[in-house]
Amino acid sequence: MPEQPLSAPLDIGFDYTRSVGPVLGRFMTALAQRRVLGVRGSDGRVHVPPVEYDPGTAEPLDELVDVAAEGTIVSWSWVAEPLAGQPVQRPFAWALIRLDGADTALLHAVDTGGDPASVHTGQRVRIRWADKPVGHIRDIAYFVPITDPPADAAPTAPAPPAATSPDGDAGPVDTVITPVHLNYTHSASREESRYLRALADGRLLAQRCPACGKVYIPPRGACPTCGVPTTDEVELPDTGIVTTFCIVNVPFLGQRITPPYVGAYILLDGADIPFLHLVLGCEASEVRMGMRVRAAWTPREEWSTTLENIAHFEPTGEADAPYASYAHHL
Amino acid sequence: MTEVAVVAFAQAPNVRRTHGTTNGVEMLVPIFDEVYTRTGLSKTDIGFWCSGSSDYLAGRAFSFISAVDAIGAFPPIHESHVEMDAAWALYEAWLKIRMGEVDTALVYGFGKSSAGELRRVLSLQLDPYTVAPLWPDSVSIAAMQARLGLESGRWTETDLAEIAARSRRDAAGNPRAQFGGETDVAALLDTDPVADPLRRHDIAPVTDGAAVIVLASAERARDLADRPAVIGGIEHRIDTPSLGARDLTTSPSTRLAGEAVGTDGVEIAELHAPFTHQELIVRDELGLADAVRINPSGGTLTGNPMFSAGLARIGEAAQRILDGEATRTLGHATSGPALQQNLVTVLERG
Repeated sequence: MPEQPLSAPLDIGFDYTRSVGPVLGRFMTALAQRRVLGVRGSDGRVHVPPVEYDPGTAEPLDELVDVAAEGTIVSWSWVAEPLAGQPVQRPFAWALIRLDGADTALLHAVDTGGDPASVHTGQRVRIRWADKPVGHIRDIAYFVPITDPPADAAPTAPAPPAATSPDGDAGPVDTVITPVHLNYTHSASREESRYLRALADGRLLAQRCPACGKVYIPPRGACPTCGVPTTDEVELPDTGIVTTFCIVNVPFLGQRITPPYVGAYILLDGADIPFLHLVLGCEASEVRMGMRVRAAWTPREEWSTTLENIAHFEPTGEADAPYASYAHHL
Repeated sequence: MTEVAVVAFAQAPNVRRTHGTTNGVEMLVPIFDEVYTRTGLSKTDIGFWCSGSSDYLAGRAFSFISAVDAIGAFPPIHESHVEMDAAWALYEAWLKIRMGEVDTALVYGFGKSSAGELRRVLSLQLDPYTVAPLWPDSVSIAAMQARLGLESGRWTETDLAEIAARSRRDAAGNPRAQFGGETDVAALLDTDPVADPLRRHDIAPVTDGAAVIVLASAERARDLADRPAVIGGIEHRIDTPSLGARDLTTSPSTRLAGEAVGTDGVEIAELHAPFTHQELIVRDELGLADAVRINPSGGTLTGNPMFSAGLARIGEAAQRILDGEATRTLGHATSGPALQQNLVTVLERG
């Protein structure tokens, strides 16, 4: 049986920070005060949540009006197993809710204490506010039925962080912050998997395109020039040259080496494509195009399926490669 | 302006999970080979390349750049990409040929839906201020849409189960479908809802897949296929992103696009409906008569490869003409939550 490709969890996250503009800004500011605003459309309909432009006429809208914190369920669906980030973290209903005074429906969560039989279309529900509103749609923690609300508070997803207002906490909201976290399983290709497994043995495995003969490391699966699968494996030495490089002088978050240091394109002997790595072991100012370098490996007992097994490249002291020998790789 | 025709279509097997990468190369290389073989074209003959895929599916930026490896993009090619279903990439390629800039184009879409949690990832296509921060998933939104139709009497649970059963029966004849076979409507209705009111059979599966279509000017098309499928019309329209501001049991964008292309005389329609009830909405808005054969491929309910399922609908509709089985067919593609954006194309024997 052929070896399965390597895969690993890929967890990504980012706090999306968005400026809200005048219409949504007033909506968010009102939420922080536990009030809900709608916007009056070209046809007089009140939209909640407010829209900046009329969906029919595309006219810019700016007449905001107060609507009630209670309303009627227009439609709903049941979530037996809440997903990460959803407002209620026990079985709940999503619902389109028309607040009193509004003509459109707001999408939000309804908590019935986990009971699917306690929600229905036409049901009257009211807002359960977050303990500490910050000017964010999640200031509406969720809705509960007006008649027979659940006895206990629902478990909720972590509240979003407050954005700082330029006028202090009491000022209008001009920014909302929404953390987004996603989880993937990232798969390496078969070719990348063979390359990574070879690295764990301290070997550098490349592939040659059967059509044009070019040697790629890491192997690509398909030759980007010819579009044909690359199948012929080639083992490369851990020596090569610097084709081009830059000196990093700027500190940044997560930086692991104190500047100045050199990031360089390393072209291994026998390869046709360079890869990025570090050049250490000499002053940054001594690094040159064409400089001969050799891999500095981490201790063998630390090796795994990663190019980080090579800590960096360092000069061999041999004569530089002539420019003409690598000009076509720049 | 020159007419444009589909001259070849191929799709990767629709599968629940591939071992391949999120850049789609493993799925694309074989189907590119298929359309090259069928048309006699090689990559250097293609005037324009256009693809549809999403970084959100892959979980990394510019993931579609790696897919360009499947093309062999050196010397440089004339290439574009949409972060949408590749049906919209086909629209862009159609324009390029109509304007006389090129006379051939290769359009492809791909997606590895299984890499993340698809219905959660799709929350991020919603309004980023007032909706997406709540993480409403795609299945729950469709379920609210379905309930509106059930409670208003627009459709019944039996109507929906019958669509699922017909799709699975038809998919048995489609070797690239994810699953198919005979099912009993009563047995389907006997299952518990998974997103009340939706049952498992109402919801398209999570699918990894890819599809490719080759377009050519009508003049070139005659050399590349025996019976090219000429694009008689292609239009797309969009509804408001504000979910609570529209009647979710209708799809004005589908109706407008359908009216713009003209759907009279269509024999077969491939509709991109990832939920059973959405087929009924699209069918009504397009004004398709009862005699029109819907989704003979099994449709999206038996294989929903994100970012290529819409392109595959157009491909399936075109294939009926390429195979000589029909003279006028319709392909529909949708994008966004609850049928927000819709593209309709009519294909005709040249």
